[in-house]
Amino acid sequence: MPETTIALIQLGAVFFGLGLLGRVAWRFGISPIPLYLVGGLAFGSGGLIPLHGIEEFAHLASEIGVVLLLLLLGLEYSASELTTGLRKSWMAGVLDIVLNAAPGAIAALLLGWGPVGALAMAGVTYISSSGIIAKVLGDLGRLGNRETPVILSVLVFEDLAMAVYLPVLTAVLAGASFLGGLTSVGISLLAVTIVLVVALKYGRFISAIVDSPDHEVFLLKLLGSALLVAGIASQLQVSAAVGAFLLGIAISGSTAENATRMLEPLRDLFAAMFFVVFGLNTDPKSIPPVLGVAAALAVITTATKIATGWWAAKRQGIAAMGRARTGAALVARGEFSIVIAGLAVASGHVEGELAALATAYVLLMAIIGPIVAKYVEPLSGFLLRKRTASVTP
Amino acid sequence: MNVEVTPLPGIGVREDFAIRAGRRIGVISYREGKFELIVSKEDDPDASGVSIPLTPEEAGTLAGLLGSPQLVARLSEQHRDISGISTRQLPVTAFANRTLGDTALRTRTSASVVAVVRVGVAHPSPGPEFLFENGDLAVVVGTVDGLEAAAQILTGG
Repeated sequence: MPETTIALIQLGAVFFGLGLLGRVAWRFGISPIPLYLVGGLAFGSGGLIPLHGIEEFAHLASEIGVVLLLLLLGLEYSASELTTGLRKSWMAGVLDIVLNAAPGAIAALLLGWGPVGALAMAGVTYISSSGIIAKVLGDLGRLGNRETPVILSVLVFEDLAMAVYLPVLTAVLAGASFLGGLTSVGISLLAVTIVLVVALKYGRFISAIVDSPDHEVFLLKLLGSALLVAGIASQLQVSAAVGAFLLGIAISGSTAENATRMLEPLRDLFAAMFFVVFGLNTDPKSIPPVLGVAAALAVITTATKIATGWWAAKRQGIAAMGRARTGAALVARGEFSIVIAGLAVASGHVEGELAALATAYVLLMAIIGPIVAKYVEPLSGFLLRKRTASVTP
Repeated sequence: MNVEVTPLPGIGVREDFAIRAGRRIGVISYREGKFELIVSKEDDPDASGVSIPLTPEEAGTLAGLLGSPQLVARLSEQHRDISGISTRQLPVTAFANRTLGDTALRTRTSASVVAVVRVGVAHPSPGPEFLFENGDLAVVVGTVDGLEAAAQILTGG
């Protein structure tokens, strides 16, 4: 068979298989991300079915997947929502960072992965999956709940934290010296600030560059500018993901909403490819040794996220049940933890085991998150009643 | 009424208020134009017990059903001093895609249409060229007999 034929058949089989996996996942109310990762593990090196012929495409597609994931993360919140979020919820945001980045960092240090590994793992355990959380809240009909703005404001803060964290991470991963690292950190912080200010004041001009009433033209200009910015950012050692993210923040208003609507299916396609490729590049045999650490991290960071949500909701005067819901909703980790691990592993400056740990961790958290969110009400109802009963004998 | 407006970053806006029965009732307006009617649970004011997705059209119809009686009440209040005149809200079912002029309501009943409520929005003082659509509600002012006759005409009876 000619090469193209084989590639088409393989690619078709991969996409169709992922579609089936996704269907199974949502039927059980969990995110399909862990299943995509497992799919990748099954195909990849040392896995059940090795894939040949589409590696090159798969690799490029996964890069585009990261760019789209981050572009849409940037598009999700407008610049004014980000600044309001920063003003209103910075205390909860800081607590979120302290409680949830620390377990990852400590685990990495204990495993002897050094400060660079610690920085990467801190990000992996810190960042909640806004994609999974938004979907779960919608499915459970909780968008009208009083605690939902609290959950969203924590996510908005995490979004902002990513804007600072990702450039810092890529600078450190690039192996810069301390002084050089500091300079690139300074440059990236400056870039983030400039982008935010420009987006706030002149967002409509940037939007006008990509906007078009014609769907086709709009899509092409949008995708083109995203890949261009990502490529240029990559050339400047700021990583493609960061460039796309900042572009997403700069695009605003109705243009951003239309862009989100148009790019969502594309993102889902390429992001699925990204998870598969990440799974592909992870040796399945490297998972079992880190499973214990991943499980411990999962337990600890489930507790720390719940604590974060509980505290944030309490400050807004929300009752105990609502506080429990807030915490539980924030538990899910997913796409961005894998993006961070992917950046770290691609740089070659961290242990390969980090990819295995991140995979195992996200496998657990993407499943635990929606389940905890779903069953928090009966469970905490039972616990709260029990506590009241023991207080008043 | 104290309506609480809460932005939901990345989703839209939630507007709700407490009703006398103790619950909170409100609407989520999504950025993409959908609406959701939300009613809080009785035992947990933070949680929404009911959330009903509505298309913009459905939301408008609901708003019309709830809003136009109020318009009628306000007009009745204004006409209270003039004896023999009253205001009623009448469904227009027999004149879809025809104009207000076609009804010849004024000549036939001497009642006049002061407003038309369509998908939740009141169109005041419609002219004879005003084109009716299905689901329109006409707010009509006139004598009791005139209103009776107007109701007959507008529903095609």
